[in-house]
Amino acid sequence: MTATKSTYNKEDIWELISEVTDPEIPVLTIVDLGIARDVEYKDGTFVIRITPTYSGCPAMQAIEKEIEKKLRLNGIDNFEIKTDFSETWTTDWMTEDAKKRLKEYGIAPPGKTEKVDNFLKSLESSGDHVPCPYCDSENTEIQSEFGSTACKAQYYCRDCNEPFEHFKCI
Amino acid sequence: MSTQTKTLTKKEALFEYLVRLADDRLILGHRLSEWCGHGPILEEDIALANVALDYIGHAASLYEYAVEIEGEDRHRDDLVYFRNDVEFKNLKLTELPKGDFGFTIARQFLFASFSYFLYTELSEVEDEQFAGMVKKHLKEVKYHLRHSREWVLRLGDGTEESHERIQDSIDDVWTYVGELFYQDEVDEILQEHNLAADTETFKEEWKELVVDTLEEATLEVPDFDQFMVEGSRQGLHTEHLGHLLAEMQHLRRSYPDGNWQ
Repeated sequence: MTATKSTYNKEDIWELISEVTDPEIPVLTIVDLGIARDVEYKDGTFVIRITPTYSGCPAMQAIEKEIEKKLRLNGIDNFEIKTDFSETWTTDWMTEDAKKRLKEYGIAPPGKTEKVDNFLKSLESSGDHVPCPYCDSENTEIQSEFGSTACKAQYYCRDCNEPFEHFKCI
Repeated sequence: MSTQTKTLTKKEALFEYLVRLADDRLILGHRLSEWCGHGPILEEDIALANVALDYIGHAASLYEYAVEIEGEDRHRDDLVYFRNDVEFKNLKLTELPKGDFGFTIARQFLFASFSYFLYTELSEVEDEQFAGMVKKHLKEVKYHLRHSREWVLRLGDGTEESHERIQDSIDDVWTYVGELFYQDEVDEILQEHNLAADTETFKEEWKELVVDTLEEATLEVPDFDQFMVEGSRQGLHTEHLGHLLAEMQHLRRSYPDGNWQ
């Protein structure tokens, strides 16, 4: 039998999973994004709770595998990853620093979510104003509400003529 | 008229309710996924595939909760791959072939607008886990509604051909939309415990949104009181569902214990 008593505590586990990056947006970690929620130590097992950004996000499985790899490489076997569907993920959980790195990477970061009192009325307006991540121009237009991943929309900058992605604000 | 004699328990009713919601989203998600690689333009190919993924994600969390409620140690995938057509409770609206882009958009708009009101109600149910997942889904449903509504406007008020095609699609799909509001014992039992929405409470608002959108799109609004198909929630389906399931379930049934490794 191998020693199951780990010298790791849950803060160490959190530290380790803070190094796991999102496979689709490698400049951000799963902690930056708010995908990793918390770590609990229960009956000899570390329970890592994660929540998807979008309900159908196909990166979730890859993320689980990455967490698993990270922990096993550090000799930790007594853990369990729990996907929690009940939390309502929001881009407001993203740190300012993460937003800055996102912009440097060429993705326009999400703004603050606003409480829309009348969603049906808002259907008639044309959506958010998103500045270009390359030249900061406000003269941009939406091309599609859907992009290369569930969390992004496609925009075009009329000033520098660059197409770019916007991390949707939800 | 109801022929059911057995009264369901609250737990049985909740399981059934979750499965109905999940089946709608799984089947429609599968239908939409057929557009992947076939969209009329790249942006729409991506958009429809994204919406399909959202629906399958919604279905996954609803099935997950359903098997948890059931408590018989079933996996959510068992519900997806090992049930036959008569055991699926999805609305016939969701299983109809994808048709042309106009048909897909017409169905999307009618389903998304209904889902928006339904989920707004459901996000208030007295069940933290259920309400939590619905709140998440609702954020995505808003995108689906915005997307499909804009296309209804563009196609209806577009060229002669796009106008004609989307009008035909609205007319063709119309007979399947009445069932969106179907309610029976399952809904009634849960409504008593504030665990389900009452579709009657938002029917008029939904109609208003549909009428306003179709009129703005210069389209004719069919008669809400015309003949509407029934029976989906009892497992009665069109011939199309069997073909869809054959494709969706074939691999899993051929290799029941197969695993991606």
